[in-house]
Amino acid sequence: MIEPVIGRYLRLDLETRPHRVYFEETGQGVPLLLLHTAGSDGRQWRHLMNDAAVTSRFRCIAFDMPWHGKSSPPEGWQGGEYRLTTAAYTGMALAVSSALGLDRPVVMGCSIGGRIVLDLAADHADAVRAVVGLQSSAFVAPYYDTEWLHHPHTQGGEVCAAVVSGLIAPTAPDADRWETLWHYMQGGPGVFRGDLHFYKGEGDLRPKLARIDTARCPVALLTGEYDYSCRPEDTLATAAAIPGAEAVIMPGLGHFPMSEDYAALRPHLLPVLERFAALP
Amino acid sequence: MNLAALPARVAATPGLARWGRHLTAEVLVEAGERRWILSVRDGALVRAEAAPAIMPRYDLALRFDPAGLEKFLQSPPPPGWHDLMALMRQGALQVEGDVQPFMAHLFWFKGVFALLRESAA
Repeated sequence: MIEPVIGRYLRLDLETRPHRVYFEETGQGVPLLLLHTAGSDGRQWRHLMNDAAVTSRFRCIAFDMPWHGKSSPPEGWQGGEYRLTTAAYTGMALAVSSALGLDRPVVMGCSIGGRIVLDLAADHADAVRAVVGLQSSAFVAPYYDTEWLHHPHTQGGEVCAAVVSGLIAPTAPDADRWETLWHYMQGGPGVFRGDLHFYKGEGDLRPKLARIDTARCPVALLTGEYDYSCRPEDTLATAAAIPGAEAVIMPGLGHFPMSEDYAALRPHLLPVLERFAALP
Repeated sequence: MNLAALPARVAATPGLARWGRHLTAEVLVEAGERRWILSVRDGALVRAEAAPAIMPRYDLALRFDPAGLEKFLQSPPPPGWHDLMALMRQGALQVEGDVQPFMAHLFWFKGVFALLRESAA
């Protein structure tokens, strides 16, 4: 059996540097741009991209951020430290959308992706149709020393996976739990930590929330109850700061709902996508 | 919390020895007034006994808030109390001393303490 998902490479400049970005695409209809979590890659969307209820209405596109999955770092990477920033992440999402000719996509992201959709809604409402934030909050305070994620005295893949393993709900199917963790084990050295520079520090978007106009860019936030990184209360506080935003706390799910247990996410997600598919 | 059966349970869980194959450490586990020492050799938990009252020797300490540990041990545990790092996020677990063995063998530590939950259920 061959899946309908097709992978290709996109050549474009990001922050003035040439990049070769891998993306996967399937489906037809309203463009739906999918953003993976920190330290992982676009495989997290594998179930959604094989769900005919989604792909019959949406042109789904999941790209691997530079440094992640099959998107290599830019030339000269060895001379510096990878650190994701709000400006780089927003610019990347907009550049990929533009390069692929997407007309005001619905943008759905998880964790760091759920964070950056808030920035897109706040400052680029003309470029997006609506946003869905999975495990989305405007800020997460550090609760462990991220230095261990990139340290010669730990095995990087194992420690990154072990750190996030508890963020998966105890009820998640074993196969999807361990595939989700495998993606983390495959991350490049320092990449997860570099993403967390944005997530746990630089990318504090709380000051921007009040300027989001949900009449121009609807916002839906869906968060699994077992997430102790982006906690349910963090999502609810974020939604409360955005007039008109919708927030749902999902039982039996953790930090990676689309990857750890898509069947449990689906009943919450499909009604949101159905509404967003009908937007002009 | 009764740790007496833990060495046998760890030995009966094959994946743990692989995650912990390079882990050799004395680990103090503390919950309020109660203290134990876990003796780990190459990923095998060879002893889990009450810590000596005088001059206990250990490489790292896991100090639990007793109420937080009680929630962690529930089966199933409530959201937000279901993982060692969730307890750290809640301020209900402090990892002190040489943290490197804990972080380098985090799957082992998480797996072992999850077994404790099953025996408590």
